[in-house]
Amino acid sequence: MDKDQHISQRFNDDLNEVHELVLAMGGVVEEQISNAIRALQTGDNDLAREVVARDHEVNGYEVRIEEECINILAMRQPAASDLRLVMTLIKSIADLERMGDKASKIADMVLAMGHGTRNSNPAFMRDVGVMADYALNMLRRAMDALARADAEQAIAIAKGDEVLNQEYRSALRRLITYMMEDPRTITPAIDALFIAKAIERIGDHARNICEYVIYLAKGKNVRHLPLDQVEQSLQGK
Amino acid sequence: MSELQNTKIAVRHLDFYYGSNKSLKDINLEMPEKQVTAFIGPSGCGKSTLLRVFNRMYSLYPGQRATGEVLLDGENILSPSMDVNMLRAKIGMVFQKPTPFPMSIYDNIAFGIKLYEKLRKVEMDERVEEALRQAALWDEVKDKLKTSGLGLSGGQQQRLCIARAVAVKPEVILLDEPTSALDPIATLKIEELVSELRNQFTILIVTHNMQQAARVSDYTAFMYIGEMVEFGQTNQLFTNPAKKQTEDYITGRYG
Repeated sequence: MDKDQHISQRFNDDLNEVHELVLAMGGVVEEQISNAIRALQTGDNDLAREVVARDHEVNGYEVRIEEECINILAMRQPAASDLRLVMTLIKSIADLERMGDKASKIADMVLAMGHGTRNSNPAFMRDVGVMADYALNMLRRAMDALARADAEQAIAIAKGDEVLNQEYRSALRRLITYMMEDPRTITPAIDALFIAKAIERIGDHARNICEYVIYLAKGKNVRHLPLDQVEQSLQGK
Repeated sequence: MSELQNTKIAVRHLDFYYGSNKSLKDINLEMPEKQVTAFIGPSGCGKSTLLRVFNRMYSLYPGQRATGEVLLDGENILSPSMDVNMLRAKIGMVFQKPTPFPMSIYDNIAFGIKLYEKLRKVEMDERVEEALRQAALWDEVKDKLKTSGLGLSGGQQQRLCIARAVAVKPEVILLDEPTSALDPIATLKIEELVSELRNQFTILIVTHNMQQAARVSDYTAFMYIGEMVEFGQTNQLFTNPAKKQTEDYITGRYG
């Protein structure tokens, strides 16, 4: 998996450059999500506007990385782990871009909610805060696993996605309870619900990246397989 | 390997010597029938040597010998009782540089057939046409069959050699770097031809061009310093090789 040992130094450089770009893109997305959540929790509209404005930066990364990957495919015809790395990067950036969209969407909602209805019940946002921390941690560790092509860590993170899904389901139940008890909470509860759903999706995207990392490291496509099965089949190799 | 495919050639514990120099070491391999198997590896790894064992070409040279077994449909071709001429009728070969005979295009094809069969003129005409069609050369040469084979372009000459090889209806075709002297378009035509011929023949191809191996073969064998490092389905070997040596070679990490 060592990118620095090709006979062609330029190939080393090209692969390193695109790999680092993806990690940098991951850093920006992480910041976007974290800022969107902070804007939500503090009601900071300026910060929310900044998140919305910076979404194009994430998109710019996606376009540039895709171009670099296409160049590598066309000019180097990579094979084996090099090919898997390029494919992993191409696929990962699509998920990162979607996560960036979620951050921007949350920031949009902060701006839309900025007129009175927000924070009518802080308990709604407490769920969201816990979930956001968890999703951000997944993303951070997924990027770390990608940086090191670490399949074991990737499996551990992917497994953690179920925790986030459960958090989402229980948040959903709580919010429904609020709405049934007091119809005046419907608007803020639905806001909170959309945000919780966005965060839950961020976890799914992080899980996707982890699955690509397993493919990168082990050469096995584990998409849409139960994780226990994945773990077992990897122990075979 | 799929259970459904028959093994055409099985190699068991094959060692090969140039004098006292052992250049193939305990090769074991099973090549499926009517599939393309590619041999890749750095220069001097033994891939061409191995290919030349399959038609006993080495026995033309004193001091070269092979031990072990090479079973063609279960029959050991290394056995002294093997009729080498019959073997070479079953196993055709095409070389790196096109080697048309200095005779007409027609006679280039008819020459080999005459060695094994006695045909009337009409039948021979049919066989020549069939071979040239199989080699995707017919349309280009049908109006000049009586002209010299040496007047053709490099790519056409190579297809003529393939036509000559298929004309005697072999079971196996050995291709030893068949496109290394050709330009990219002529190369693609040969590769296309290989994919068409694979339904009728078992094809073994030695190539320095890894992308070519990836493009044309069903199975790939990676050899290194006389040893068979890895043999497997081509798509598997090029996306997820099992051995680090294979990985290093196909990703260009060999120092």
